[in-house]
Amino acid sequence: MAKVPVQFTLNGEEKAEFVDAGATLIKVLRDKLGDTSPKGGCNQGTCGSCSVIIDGELRLSCLTLAETCNGADILTTGGLARDGVLHPLQRAFMDEFAAQCGFCTPGMIMAAKALLDSNPKPTREDVIDALSGNICRCTGYEPIIRAVLTAARSNSQNAA
Amino acid sequence: MPLALKTYPTLAEAGSALSDAGARYIGGGTLVVRAANEGDVSLSTFVRSTDPELSVIKVEGGRATIGASVAMSAVARHPDLSAIAKAARAVGGPAIRNMATVGGNLFAAAPYGDFAVALLALDATVHTTAGDLGIEEFLAGRDGRVVAGVSFAVPPAENFRFVKVSRVKPKGVAVLSIAAVIEADAGKVRSARIALGCMADRPIRARSAEKALAGATLREEDVAPAVAAIGEGVHPITDAIASAWYRAEVLPVHFRRLLLE
Repeated sequence: MAKVPVQFTLNGEEKAEFVDAGATLIKVLRDKLGDTSPKGGCNQGTCGSCSVIIDGELRLSCLTLAETCNGADILTTGGLARDGVLHPLQRAFMDEFAAQCGFCTPGMIMAAKALLDSNPKPTREDVIDALSGNICRCTGYEPIIRAVLTAARSNSQNAA
Repeated sequence: MPLALKTYPTLAEAGSALSDAGARYIGGGTLVVRAANEGDVSLSTFVRSTDPELSVIKVEGGRATIGASVAMSAVARHPDLSAIAKAARAVGGPAIRNMATVGGNLFAAAPYGDFAVALLALDATVHTTAGDLGIEEFLAGRDGRVVAGVSFAVPPAENFRFVKVSRVKPKGVAVLSIAAVIEADAGKVRSARIALGCMADRPIRARSAEKALAGATLREEDVAPAVAAIGEGVHPITDAIASAWYRAEVLPVHFRRLLLE
């Protein structure tokens, strides 16, 4: 199978790989680069568990071709913790018990991060809209919504 | 099945590459990468153009031109397109809206393609590598043309109505969608363009209801003939979301609500 070079920044680190032509970003992240935080759920763009942030925008890594990411800045939940300290969203998801099986969690956290990056003080409705492309079959969503609102409050307290 | 991505600086070159067997144009990937992921073996080459013109929104003299590669999120947040923003926001969740393009939406088979329903009600012109076409003509034979963009007169916000009915809130696949551009003089409808999604294999106009609405006021007793006519000529799809029977049954209900909102 033909290999093509791709080069991008993943969670602040330069990455360069030869990948299968036409490979999806999630396949490259998980199988080539060892970042298993994006989860392949439906591979149809329906479940949101593969959500990553590319150049500041929430996107689905299962529907993104890796070759189209040359030069991009990619963030995943796998890169959120710094020096063993969890990101406020990760901390809030734990505190609010917003994960049960945990499969949707990395996608939920990326969708929430994309929201808080552009809207640091979201309303409940903003949170619901921001998570509307992410499916969770365990929690019933309420703990997740609470966790995002909690993270937003703790962010604004830290900033104050 | 080995896949390949071919990138061209111009749309014309990309258009030529599409004549190869197994080649499919890729915009945001939400339709064609999905097809590849589902094992569509007829697909072997993704073709795209990186022409920056394809990503431009221009609004001049009340007319909007939107490049084929413009994402739904860019339409939704554009200050001069606020009148139709709700149709762009109806597509997918935030990630899909950052990826799904205006050009791609024209090719989305029912139950997808909510924005194309709005474009049909807006009577958009579709700009292709083979010339300009009215959107209805375009939708009738949408294979084989490469779309550069769409243009339409931006209606006053109060003249544009749109509803997407889903079973899952706030985001879900459409049971149906309805877009309408209604112009009124002194409370009476002068002209109406009504477009329906999920009522055929492509977005369709509801011409009988449009005629029935002419001269009417948007009041309960006056809209009844249009509501009665809204189902004429529809052939709804049946899928996991709803049966054709259900879609046909609830269409007049949602149309009536849209008129009286």
